[in-house]
Amino acid sequence: MLIGILVVTFVIARSIPGDPCKAMLGEKATQEVCDRFNREHGLDKSIPVQFWIYAKDIVRGDFGESIRYSRPVTIILIERLPMTMELGFVALVLAVLVGIPLGVISAVKRNSIIDVITMLIANTGVSMPVYWLGLMLAYVFALLLKDTPFWLAPSGRITAGIIPVPFYEVFGWVVEDESVKYHFLEFFSNMYIFNSLITGEWEIFWDAIKHLILPSVALSTIPLSIIARMTRSSMLEVLRQDYIRTARAKGLRENLVILKHAFRNALLPISTIIGLQLGTVFAGAVLTESIFGLAGVGRMLFEAITARDFPIVQAFTVVIAVGYVLANLLVDISYAFIDPRIKLD
Amino acid sequence: MDSIPIEKEVKEKDYRSNSLFRVTLRSIFRQRSALIGGSILICLVLVAIFAPLIAPYDPEEVLIGKEDIRKRAKPCIHLLGCPEDEPQHILGVDGNVRDEFSRVIYGTRVSLFIGFSTVGFAIIVGTLLGALAGYIGGWVDNVIMRFMDVLLAFPSLLLAIAIVTVLGRGLQNALLAIAIVSIPRYARVIRGSVLSIREQEFVSASQALGGGHFHILFRRILPNAIPPLIVQGTLGIAAAILEAAALSFLGLGAQPPTPEWGTMLGSERNQVFTAPHLVFFPGLAIMVTVLSFNLLGDGLRDAIDPRLKE
Repeated sequence: MLIGILVVTFVIARSIPGDPCKAMLGEKATQEVCDRFNREHGLDKSIPVQFWIYAKDIVRGDFGESIRYSRPVTIILIERLPMTMELGFVALVLAVLVGIPLGVISAVKRNSIIDVITMLIANTGVSMPVYWLGLMLAYVFALLLKDTPFWLAPSGRITAGIIPVPFYEVFGWVVEDESVKYHFLEFFSNMYIFNSLITGEWEIFWDAIKHLILPSVALSTIPLSIIARMTRSSMLEVLRQDYIRTARAKGLRENLVILKHAFRNALLPISTIIGLQLGTVFAGAVLTESIFGLAGVGRMLFEAITARDFPIVQAFTVVIAVGYVLANLLVDISYAFIDPRIKLD
Repeated sequence: MDSIPIEKEVKEKDYRSNSLFRVTLRSIFRQRSALIGGSILICLVLVAIFAPLIAPYDPEEVLIGKEDIRKRAKPCIHLLGCPEDEPQHILGVDGNVRDEFSRVIYGTRVSLFIGFSTVGFAIIVGTLLGALAGYIGGWVDNVIMRFMDVLLAFPSLLLAIAIVTVLGRGLQNALLAIAIVSIPRYARVIRGSVLSIREQEFVSASQALGGGHFHILFRRILPNAIPPLIVQGTLGIAAAILEAAALSFLGLGAQPPTPEWGTMLGSERNQVFTAPHLVFFPGLAIMVTVLSFNLLGDGLRDAIDPRLKE
């Protein structure tokens, strides 16, 4: 699987038309200059050799150097990934925390007005373009609600001028510049919410949260709707089973029947769908980040594709695809905990 | 001997029209969501067909010098109190001084075309691959399905973006990219159906009668594998329209001045605070269209899948 992902990203990145040299150095770059450029970036070697070097480097965690920024891609990832992870995490948590209860209530109160409204919202939610919702939210919360306490910033991660202090500096840890440990800590401190949470800078924490509300609401709509619909149909399926009737006949309280007997058994398909939503979140991140002016992986990937920055395109697609596959693997493993009858071989 | 097959055929036909087809139709009509989705869709198809009659202007006609109007003018509807001496533009005027309403109307054509063509292409290729994988099995199955798995490992929009970058921007290439990324979905559905149908008795009977592989696969197995494909296809159209609009929004799909909703939204996105109507209406159009296919697909699934029936 991993090899497949590597091959596909390599093939796609290499078949992007246009000469990276001309794209980077301008149309007027001479053959001589381009030859040197290609030699420096290893583009003069044969395609299989390039792939071999690329695969070997990736296994070592080295994604090469960005052609456009002349900086190691891994460093760029360390700067950009935390933002996307924070956004994706909040969006997914929101989708789960709102989607599942909505689905459960909808199934329990089937055909009631609550059910009809919930399903109307869910159906509209899956049909909505993320970027449209994002723009409309920005319009309502940044313009219409201006001068009210509900005002929210339409772009950026944090109010200009606020610079969060990395937690390792607050704690007075001595870290050597450019060391592995430095990059590792830098990665976590780039998650502003996480960083301000453990350093206790509540003002920054609140500011970061306020900036994250609109993008994460926009990003979570589709997963939320899908999770709500899946929860509803999965619950309906389970509520029809004989053991639910038995549980009720035993005189168990209805809440207990629903949560312990029904929901527990409906959880399997729900967890599958949550894993799959990660793909929606990643793809949505490209759109949401570009609308809300967030410097994350999604927007970077889009910019890199347009600029033919092969190393970034390759690295980012690999990271996203691997993240997606790993998350779904995690879901597969969680089956065994959700349903003890399933054994992992 | 001659009369037997004819009689059988007649009976089969009778049986079908009395039962399967009518039962399906009846259960589709019982489905509220399929009915609502289907009705919206019929309206949209009518709008697409009669676009020239509905739209008051040519969608690509620039109105500078022809009418006294500013660019990005707000909607003006005479019935709702807009002064009679101003030209009527129900949804306002866009950044290039074109009638927004006419563009939204013509956009229906583009979006429906996108939906049907991409899904049609993906279904044909996906069915062939899935059928071959399921019928032949062995290494063919392995190679095809592993490749499909790899394609599925990428979030589909990202893969589509990457493919469009390789092929070059433009509506045609965007369509091809969306079709390619949705092939695995159909291949999987068909493979699953073929695998289970292959084991049924009527297939063995056909084999015993000396039916060739081609005959068995295309005349016996595939027709029975169609129903889940219809559901998947309807939902697939919804996804395809959303993805195509997203690609156009990013500037990779339909290029201006094509009246494509995603493109219209994308070119006015920075004006959301000054001319929100130019962002709102194309997006609303996308949502309604996608919603109609989603409702129809859900309803069809409930109608066809007996497990979900009450």
